[in-house]
Amino acid sequence: MIWWRKQKPAHYREEQQVAPSNGIIWLLGALLLVLIPHLLRQPGWVVTICLIILGWRLLSELNRWSLPHTVFRLTLAAALLSGTYLQYHTLNGLDAGTTLLTLMLCLKLLELRTLRDATITILLGYFLVLSGFLYDQSILSGLYLLAVVVLLTAALLVLNHPDDNREMQRSRYLKSASTLLLQALPLMLILFILVPRIPGPLWALPNSSSAGKTGLSDEMSIGDISHLADSDKVAFRVTFSGEIPAAEQLYWRGPVLWQTDGRRWSALNKNDLLNSLAAPEVAPLSEPIEYTVTLQPHHRRWLFALDLITEQPDNSVLRREFLLLSEQSVNEVYRYTTRSALNYRNDQLLMQEYERAIQLPSHRNPQTRALAQQWRQQAASDRGRVSLALDYFRQQPFYYSRTPPRLESDDPIDQFLFEAKKGFCEHYAAAFVTLMRAAGIPARVVTGYQGGEYNELGDYLLVRQSDAHAWAEVWLQGEGWVRVDPTRAIAPDRIEAFEDQYRFSETRNDALFNPDTRWMARAWLQTLRSWDAANHQWNQWVVGFNQKKQQQLFERLGMGELNISTLVGLMTLIILGFLALLSLYLLYQRQRVQDPLQQAYQTLCHQLAKCGVDNAPWIGPKQRCQQAMFKLPKQRQEIKSLFNHYIQLRYTTQQKPGEPRAFIQAVRRFRC
Amino acid sequence: MQTTIRSILQQLNTVILGKEVPLKLALSCLLARGHLLIEDIPGVGKTTLSHALATTLGLKYSRIQFTSDLLPADILGSAVYERESGEFHFHPGPIFSQLLLADEVNRATPKTQSALLEAMEEQQVSIEGKTRPLPNPFFVIATQNPSFQIGTFPLPESQLDRFLMCIQLGYPNAAAERQLLAGNSGRERLNTLSAVITTAQLLTLQQQVSEVQCSEALLDYLQALLGFSREAPHFASGLSPRSGLGLLQAAKAWAFIEGRDYLLPEDLQQTLPYVAGHRLANPQSGEHYGGEALLKLFHEVAIP
Repeated sequence: MIWWRKQKPAHYREEQQVAPSNGIIWLLGALLLVLIPHLLRQPGWVVTICLIILGWRLLSELNRWSLPHTVFRLTLAAALLSGTYLQYHTLNGLDAGTTLLTLMLCLKLLELRTLRDATITILLGYFLVLSGFLYDQSILSGLYLLAVVVLLTAALLVLNHPDDNREMQRSRYLKSASTLLLQALPLMLILFILVPRIPGPLWALPNSSSAGKTGLSDEMSIGDISHLADSDKVAFRVTFSGEIPAAEQLYWRGPVLWQTDGRRWSALNKNDLLNSLAAPEVAPLSEPIEYTVTLQPHHRRWLFALDLITEQPDNSVLRREFLLLSEQSVNEVYRYTTRSALNYRNDQLLMQEYERAIQLPSHRNPQTRALAQQWRQQAASDRGRVSLALDYFRQQPFYYSRTPPRLESDDPIDQFLFEAKKGFCEHYAAAFVTLMRAAGIPARVVTGYQGGEYNELGDYLLVRQSDAHAWAEVWLQGEGWVRVDPTRAIAPDRIEAFEDQYRFSETRNDALFNPDTRWMARAWLQTLRSWDAANHQWNQWVVGFNQKKQQQLFERLGMGELNISTLVGLMTLIILGFLALLSLYLLYQRQRVQDPLQQAYQTLCHQLAKCGVDNAPWIGPKQRCQQAMFKLPKQRQEIKSLFNHYIQLRYTTQQKPGEPRAFIQAVRRFRC
Repeated sequence: MQTTIRSILQQLNTVILGKEVPLKLALSCLLARGHLLIEDIPGVGKTTLSHALATTLGLKYSRIQFTSDLLPADILGSAVYERESGEFHFHPGPIFSQLLLADEVNRATPKTQSALLEAMEEQQVSIEGKTRPLPNPFFVIATQNPSFQIGTFPLPESQLDRFLMCIQLGYPNAAAERQLLAGNSGRERLNTLSAVITTAQLLTLQQQVSEVQCSEALLDYLQALLGFSREAPHFASGLSPRSGLGLLQAAKAWAFIEGRDYLLPEDLQQTLPYVAGHRLANPQSGEHYGGEALLKLFHEVAIP
């Protein structure tokens, strides 16, 4: 009721006040955690400098060393600026920007003295936390950064409570910081759901070094890679409307490689005539199946579909070679629904296609071409020549290896087919297509993903980067383009790596583990799958919460289509309403007594008020007791003992006779 | 102890009929070691009350009738030349008593008034370079005519503040007046009264009053009341810290008379009009608030 307005004394103003030592130590701890995920992505020298500065600042705080001179700081800043420029050849862009921000944040520590500096540093810390999401939007990184935000907020609290006793209250600061964040949660949810989403990304993400780190590329080079990148990262997840097809039918089509110089295989040139032609009409031979793909950002335009796509999703382009492309590069989680026929007949072959599908450098890989010529005479039909080639792979001692020897000669296919005889899908696909072309059969290499792992919990198929694959397509008279996977022709006992047995076995999980440890492995697998299912939901509803999802949500809530101005209006209204409710609640809280004893007493007064006893706040307990006894003569005794108990508890200072709990319970029982 | 209190009150009630509350207030003022101001028209029993109180409590009583020509020496006493010894000898004035009735205090000049009031505050008097302590207990009951009467010098605020309480007796009710007229009470009975307690017992009672328990919750309420008197627009100026202490002490005495050894908000409410009434003035008219009206204003303060 009575308000005392306190004026901050001049010496307490932030600009002049020196930041308390314990606050700075908190700040350094929080900053270290902010920096860790960034440092993992930074070049070594940045990491070293940051850690040195953090460590030095900690020591200087503990030992009360003075901060470095302005000239030194300016020189260091200039040096780090040029270092960043030398590293990235720009100061713009995601990587250079983050490096610069990280370095400058560390430099700021060298002049951190006043409370104002510390506050600025913490705000920068929040900003750096935010920039972490430009790299990684997974659940784990979200949780980590949330914890970091709690710590930063706690540091802010410590800095602003300079007089408090330090050691005792560590957990109290963390607790109040968490409470603060929890209180912000409703506002965050309102903003998350209602802020109008813009179709497409808010800003074009600059091409960062992390882009293109997928299992796929639009060119391959035989023999250069001696080690296949084995990344467990998720490529995409697929939900089928109906049954999931058998694993050997799951060929997710990606870039098609036509051009070769004997070693390097690449896709058609950007302005190739064929790329401007629409996809031909294809006759589906089986009922098309429908499915929805949730694609992880890979910073390219490729969308993946099962062979062979019959219905094109919105905002996409379908090339004549049946490569599906989105209109922009996929920089965030992207979802599309499409249909494919697993059996089909794609038998159109243009002259231009024939030319490109038969092209071979004339002076390379002579042995291979000789072998193909030999088969050309042996078999009468193209079909027969394909079988001869597959038989060759099957009968000769070919091995599947993820770490094949390098093929350094000028004729790498010759070297692979006749000497090394070890390789992975790319080798087999390239060698097979070379053989076919040499035998006069139009052929091309198709890259993409094969198979996938079924997640029962989420009822979806998970395709990883390690499922990346390359296979071949040959054009046969009367049959059209036919898929041939030469890697499958290798005898199962010649597969070196254990994981690859997994890849080629039809019944995967059961063959994978021996019976003794199967239950353990299963449990582990189950855990992994639940985790992936959670990730899937996260992608669907958090990362992938776009305009479409937002509209869907409102439609489901029965609000129909909302345009942007309605959304903004609604958002403002809800936030204002929320704040109004909050302030009412706080006002109520102020009036309400926190003490449970007082709360119970007020309950009692309210009870009595219902029976006509004056509830004016100025009436004391004794007087109220008399009024109540007068009004309710039947309950005189009960009322008297209740009030006496209350008076004893509240107004005597001796040892309390009985817990307030007894009184509280008595009040709960009391009815008039 | 309660029986003592009861018998004191009983005896007082036989002299002043139908005035239980003012009697209890007067007694609590005394037990709280404060001075009492009775403001009323002549003839309602102010003098009888103080005389009865002095007799019942076994106090040495003296009375000064204040007039416009009364001098400070008439109250404090003076050094008189004695012919036999050839020396000046101090003759103590009526102030050297345990209960002093200062009748019609606002008839005297300010100079004389302040001589009395200084002695009340200091519990001692300085005459001709020598400090003489006043007896203990020392209790002043001053009566005052309503200030609209002719020939009065109203006490200034600062001097009103020396009195812990200011009460009014008012007219007796019909039954009491009938009894009075029938001759069953009054001054005649005063002579028949005897002391109920000794001075030593009175000091013990005063000690016990100051030991009445006061909880945090009650102090919250007291502070809210004090804060209200300072913030609210109804008052020219708020209650001083001394008034706060006085209110607490008076309420303790009231609780003690009621037979409790702890304070309730009601005790503050009961004593507040009499402790604060002569201290709080209406900012427009400058008049002091009377009992009930003042308490009504304080009803805005909720009991925490």
